[in-house]
Amino acid sequence: MMKRTIRLTVNGRAYERTVEVRLTLADFLRDELDLTGTHLGCEHGICGACTVLLNGEAVRSCLLLAVQADGAHLMTVEGLGQGEGLHPLQRAFHEHHALQCGFCTPGFLMTAYTFLQETPHPTEDQVREAISGNICRCTGYIPIMQAILQASRSMAAESSLPAG
Amino acid sequence: MKPASFEYFAPTHMAEALDLLARYGDEAKILAGGQSLMPLMNMRLARPRVIIDINRLSDLAYISPGLNGMFTIGALTRQRAVERASLIRQHYPLLAAAMPFIGHFQIRNRGTMGGSIVHADPAAELPAVCLALDAEFVLQSAAQQRVLPAADFFRTYLTTAIAPTELLTEIRLPPWPPQARWGFQEICRREGDFALVGAAAVVQMDDPGVCQAARLAMFGVGGTPVRLRGAEALISGQLVDERLLKEVAHVVSEELEPDSDIHASAEYRKEVGGVVARRTLAAAFGVAKRNGGAR
Repeated sequence: MMKRTIRLTVNGRAYERTVEVRLTLADFLRDELDLTGTHLGCEHGICGACTVLLNGEAVRSCLLLAVQADGAHLMTVEGLGQGEGLHPLQRAFHEHHALQCGFCTPGFLMTAYTFLQETPHPTEDQVREAISGNICRCTGYIPIMQAILQASRSMAAESSLPAG
Repeated sequence: MKPASFEYFAPTHMAEALDLLARYGDEAKILAGGQSLMPLMNMRLARPRVIIDINRLSDLAYISPGLNGMFTIGALTRQRAVERASLIRQHYPLLAAAMPFIGHFQIRNRGTMGGSIVHADPAAELPAVCLALDAEFVLQSAAQQRVLPAADFFRTYLTTAIAPTELLTEIRLPPWPPQARWGFQEICRREGDFALVGAAAVVQMDDPGVCQAARLAMFGVGGTPVRLRGAEALISGQLVDERLLKEVAHVVSEELEPDSDIHASAEYRKEVGGVVARRTLAAAFGVAKRNGGAR
């Protein structure tokens, strides 16, 4: 069994672990770091539940090896809110009933988070396209789309408030 | 759904990667973006003994203008980088238009230009677009370098002319022909899926709409992407209008030799292939048509 030692930052916290080279990043986050917010659905890149940010870009963590994240900065759904406070996206998902069983939610949130960073004022069509790589099998996509549009508005309103 | 054990190397210099390839040959698999290889490994359809992860070869990620109007793209360039590059939009609008059809943006953030070409899925967009662009591929081994045109590269399903000791390092795009126009279409069940049938075309026409040159490549229609020489010959030197395009659809349907699989039957692919070819050329030549359009 071949092992490597890796150092990486997840949600601002530095970690060092020695892992088997065949361990996927998703399993590493869940089993080694106990960050079980990242969910594993299909494990072959179709469902999007395991989406995390690798150096700021959304990726499927089931299609990366943990050793490939050596030196990287990761963000998972656990890094989205601040302490007990919900991120505007999480608040909007809650208000719009954009989750039912919640299995796909972490992937949708991380996808929406990077999408809104790049496209702060999206149209409905842009949101539809952005979430097309994430599968939801119970809530339905309309509330998810509405939540993301709502979050974009509340984030714009918050960022236009005077500081303090 | 976990990969089997393997030996792992992450070279930081190309020479090191080539030495590893020379040593392990077909026991080794190159890991680039991993968006096709990792699913195969997770499902244990692939169990390579050695993984050579080239993601640390950052020298292989670039888009750069070369001599005489040509462009070179490093094999490790992420698909998302190609999609975002204003140089590509400006100089190779067909390539830029095809990029959003590859998987989803999360896939394109990792997936590489070279990886998609070497994986050679017959339903993938990039191999066919490379055919339509008359691209060349630079194949490097520890011993030598050779350059193969896209037309000689794709052999059959997931199989190319690359040797086990070679690494695809660069994609060379000849200059976009003066005043050339393009079309790109694909049919798939859901956004981001592999195409059931798709087509890419680069054409040149004179003022009244007479075709001077055309390259029509299709994907999802057999073991490799194909050039539709019969259809190209049919429109060459002709005024391209609705009537001629109808004939093209017929000729393409005859010319294609697709296989059936769980996604679509051969009959469907022949029939729809003709329609997709017609729509692609209609968009390229600007022939107004019901169901036409550039997308």
